[in-house]
Amino acid sequence: MITLSQAVVRYPGARVNALDGASFVARPGCVTAVVGPNGSGKSTVVRALIGQASLASGSARVGPFDVATADRRALACTLAVVTQREEPTFPLLVHDYVMLGRYPHYGAWSALGPGDAAVAEVAAARTGAADLMGRRTDELSGGEWQRVRLARALAQGGDVLVLDEPGTFLDVAHEMAAFELLDELAREGRTVLLVSHQLNLVARYAAHIVLLHHGRVVAAGAPTDVMRGDVLEPVYDWPLVVARDPAVGAPVLIPLKRR
Amino acid sequence: MTNVRWMILLAALAVACVAGLAIGPVAISAGDVLRALAGSGDAQAVAIVRDLRLSRVCLAMITGAGLGMSGAALQGTLRNPLAEPYLLGVSGGAAVGAVLAVVAGLTAAVALPVAAFTGAAAAVALVLLIARVASGRADPRILLMAGVVVGAFANAAIMVLLSGAGEGTTRNALWWMMGSVAGAEWGTVRWLAVYAVIAGALLVAVARDIDLLALGEDAAAGLGVRVSSATRRIFLLSALLAAVTVAGAGLVGFVGLVVPALARAFGMRRAREVLVASAVLGAALVVTADVVARTVRAPSELPLGAVTALVGVPFFLVRLRRAA
Repeated sequence: MITLSQAVVRYPGARVNALDGASFVARPGCVTAVVGPNGSGKSTVVRALIGQASLASGSARVGPFDVATADRRALACTLAVVTQREEPTFPLLVHDYVMLGRYPHYGAWSALGPGDAAVAEVAAARTGAADLMGRRTDELSGGEWQRVRLARALAQGGDVLVLDEPGTFLDVAHEMAAFELLDELAREGRTVLLVSHQLNLVARYAAHIVLLHHGRVVAAGAPTDVMRGDVLEPVYDWPLVVARDPAVGAPVLIPLKRR
Repeated sequence: MTNVRWMILLAALAVACVAGLAIGPVAISAGDVLRALAGSGDAQAVAIVRDLRLSRVCLAMITGAGLGMSGAALQGTLRNPLAEPYLLGVSGGAAVGAVLAVVAGLTAAVALPVAAFTGAAAAVALVLLIARVASGRADPRILLMAGVVVGAFANAAIMVLLSGAGEGTTRNALWWMMGSVAGAEWGTVRWLAVYAVIAGALLVAVARDIDLLALGEDAAAGLGVRVSSATRRIFLLSALLAAVTVAGAGLVGFVGLVVPALARAFGMRRAREVLVASAVLGAALVVTADVVARTVRAPSELPLGAVTALVGVPFFLVRLRRAA
C-alpha cells in the first residue's frame, strides 16, 4: 500500500511546487497508474517515495513506513523502484546486477548466499531475463536492459513495486509482456504503481488511474472515469477524443489534428 | 577464472616486492632476500633488506595501494571514470602545505608529512564545504568542479609562494612535488600503514554502497542508500587515504586514475573486487616504478611520479586495446 497525503515538494531554486498537495492511495492487488503531461510531477512522486525529494509538508507512506523517518534499507526491502533512466557507470555482469537487488537485505560484512542467487534466478526467469544472466550490462539492447532492471526490482523481494515509464524502449510484444507481468504481480497481492505516458496501455491494465496536473491530482478513479475527453483535454491542452478499443472495449485516447 | 586472476595479481605484487628488495647498489639474490626476510642468512644482507630496503618497499606499497583504492572508490561513487584523488584538490592542498613547510624552513622529519596531510585535509574540507553551499547536498558534478577549482587555486598559491623563494627552496619543493619514497623511515611508515589499512578497510566496508551509487542517485536511493551522506563519507575516506600517501611520498601522479581502470580491464567488476585489485595493482606498480626510478640513473634517482606514468601508460594502452 502506498499513501500520499497532501504531499508538497519544492525543488531548491524552483518557483513552483513540483508536487502541490497531491494525495492518492495505491492499494495492493491491483495496478495503480499515475499519468499526466510532462512536468506534472509524475517522477517527483517516485522520488518522494524513495526519499530523494523531501516533502515540505504532507506525508508519504509505503507499507508500514513513513518515508521521512524510515530506515532506508528496511524501506528498500519493502519497496522496489525502477527509475526512468539508469545506466551503470561501469558494466556489470547481468547476474551481479540482478543481485544488487539483494543488497538492502544485508549489512556491509554479511555475505550474500546461494539463497540470494536463487531469488535472482527466479526474478530473472519471471521477467524473461534468465538467458541474459551471463551477459554484460553494456551489451544489452534497450528492451533487454529494461527486463533486467525489472528482474533486479523483483529480486529486492518487497511487495510494493514502483515503475517510472516501464514501457520505454520496449517493442510492442515486450511492452505487452511487461504490462501482463505487472498485472500478474499485482494479482499476487503486490502493490504496483506505474508512472506512465502510455495512457492507452495504462487504461487496459490499471484498475485505478491518478491524473496529475501542475503537481495536483485533478482526477482519480477507474479508467472510465479518468479517460474522458472532457477530463483529459484541458490537462493536455490538446484536442482529443476518447473511443472504445474494438478488441477489448477499453477506453482509447485519440489525439486530433489541431486543424 | 576469478581465482586465476587473483593469483596473477598477487604474484605480480610478490615479484615486484622481491625485485624491490633485491635490486640496488648491493645486489642480493631472490633466495637471499627471502632468507633475509625470515631473519636468517648473511648478516649484511639481513641489514640491507630489513633496515634499508623493506621500509622503502613498504612505503611504495602503501602509496600505490592507497592511491589505487582511493581512485577506485571515487570513480564509482562520482560515476566518472576520470575521477581520481588528485583531481579533487587533495594534491593541490597537500602541495601547498608541503611548500609552506619548505618555504618556512621547517626541517624536522615529521614537518613535511604533517604539513602535506594538513594541507590535503584542509583542501578536502573546502571542497565538501563548497559542494554543500552550492547544492545543499553531495552532488558528484559539483564535487568534481569544486575539486578542480580548489586545485587550480592551490597551484596559483604554490607559484606565488615559490616565486619569492630561493633556488634551494624551489628545488626542494619541486622534488617533493615529483614524488619519492626515498625518505622512508620505519617510524613514519608504520604510522602511515596503520592509517592506510584502517581507511582501506572502511572503504571495503562501504563497497556495496559504491556499487549502488554507480547506478545513479535515484536508483541507489531505491536500493536503500542514503545518497548524500554515503557520497560524502566515501569522498572523505578516499581523500584522506590519498592524503596519507601524499604525506608519505609526495605527489605520485597517474596511479589513482589508471590503476582502477586496469583492475576493471583485468575483469574486476564489483566495487569490492575493484577496490582490492586496485590496492594490489597499485602497490605492484609503485614498487616497480620505484625500482626503475632508483636504478636507471644510479646513483641519482628519477622522480617517482614521472616513472609511474612512464611504466604505467604503455601497460595501460595495451590493456585498453585488448578491452576495446
